[in-house]
Amino acid sequence: MKVVVDFDLCESNAICMQIAPDVFEVRDDDFLYVLNENPDEGDRARMEECVQRCPKQAITIED
Amino acid sequence: MARQSVHIVGASLAGLRAAETLRRSGFEGPVVLIGDEPHRPYDRPPLSKQFLAGDWERDRLALSPEDRFSALELEVRLGVQASGFDLQTRTLRTSAGDETVDGLLIATGARCRSLPGSEHMAGVHVLRSLDDAETLRAELAAGPRRVVVVGAGFIGAEVAATCRGRGIEVSMIEALSAPLARVLGEEMGAVSAEVHREQGVDLRCGVGVDGLDADSNGRVCAVRLSDGSTIDADVVVVGIGVVPNTEWLVGSGLELDDGVVCDSTLSAGPGVVAAGDVARWPNQRFGETMRVEHWDNAVEQGVYAARRLLADDDAELEPFSPVPWFWSDQYQIKIQMAGRIRADDQMEIVTGSVEERRFAALYGRAGRLVGVLGFNRPRHVMHYKTLIHDGASFDEALAASL
Repeated sequence: MKVVVDFDLCESNAICMQIAPDVFEVRDDDFLYVLNENPDEGDRARMEECVQRCPKQAITIED
Repeated sequence: MARQSVHIVGASLAGLRAAETLRRSGFEGPVVLIGDEPHRPYDRPPLSKQFLAGDWERDRLALSPEDRFSALELEVRLGVQASGFDLQTRTLRTSAGDETVDGLLIATGARCRSLPGSEHMAGVHVLRSLDDAETLRAELAAGPRRVVVVGAGFIGAEVAATCRGRGIEVSMIEALSAPLARVLGEEMGAVSAEVHREQGVDLRCGVGVDGLDADSNGRVCAVRLSDGSTIDADVVVVGIGVVPNTEWLVGSGLELDDGVVCDSTLSAGPGVVAAGDVARWPNQRFGETMRVEHWDNAVEQGVYAARRLLADDDAELEPFSPVPWFWSDQYQIKIQMAGRIRADDQMEIVTGSVEERRFAALYGRAGRLVGVLGFNRPRHVMHYKTLIHDGASFDEALAASL
């Protein structure tokens, strides 16, 4: 599973960081960093939650 | 008994996220999605921002890409109005006919309050739907001399910001002493007022609207205020709150009180749940019954309510008790708030400063951390949101290092 962020859409609302701080991090420069682009398959439910709750719909999962 | 089918009334954010959750949970029965608008589920926050500014077109608003939406295999009924429900017979009445339902998920949202007497006056707008936004956008493109925004809540403030971005003169009228005073507190409301004035908005607080004047063509031309003054207006946008859409449920057997009354698991009756702006439920984390109109709440409730519907009616579920969170983009400022604050809460700025429009402020009550407000501080807001969720004391939060 690959997690992809569209940085043209992302506005660093940081909801994804709250759900999965080990995968997403918003740093003090206000930019989002993807810490792990390939989370384990067992993490799919949490990644789906990030997709659904991103206010800018900037996250997609590529299988 | 396992759920046979689900009807979702309301085809916006909460309804769509519920449908996605049903499928993701392995539910294979029929899922009927009923919406009164003719459009597929679309995202509302950009309506007052990128869409109104003319930067985005409607194809950017879809809440689910077409292929993913089709893959849900829903029975989608758009342009269909729900007009009644009977809990005893489980009859759902719609403009497309009656049917008997098994699981029912109510996500009919809310609609804008209108200014009494202005409902049919040309040039007077509310902003909730895509159609509202298209009409208002066309008005802004026609180059009005002045837009008067009634109500400096989130919608009003965002419309004012977008109008200023388009170079349009704006007056904004707020009955309270400051914009968002009820949501952000008096002191931060004053900061919001400063921001609007710096951006050239003629902001008038602590004053009401007595009435609107129309010209000989029946189009609005002026707004009369309670302090005796009058403002010329080519366009008026009314943003004075919303009312939950529950009229169709009167006599259904469900309890209604400024929303559909639910228990702590969003259940409104046997096999009936509610989600989004229309749902009122006891949030045990805050010991308070609430109805929340935020985007993130619609997502979380849609997800939770779908799971609730798939569980047995008497199943013991973890109550739905989130920390409410919202954002608002105004000018170059991202305002975010988490928790539940009251006007008399303690407030302390923990990082940055009001002057640089980049700070986080914490709100405490009875020794607990109950809220965080950020201006351009998303990282901090999320960290403190987690602390609210974990039940941190105000002192612990103040001492936390980020």
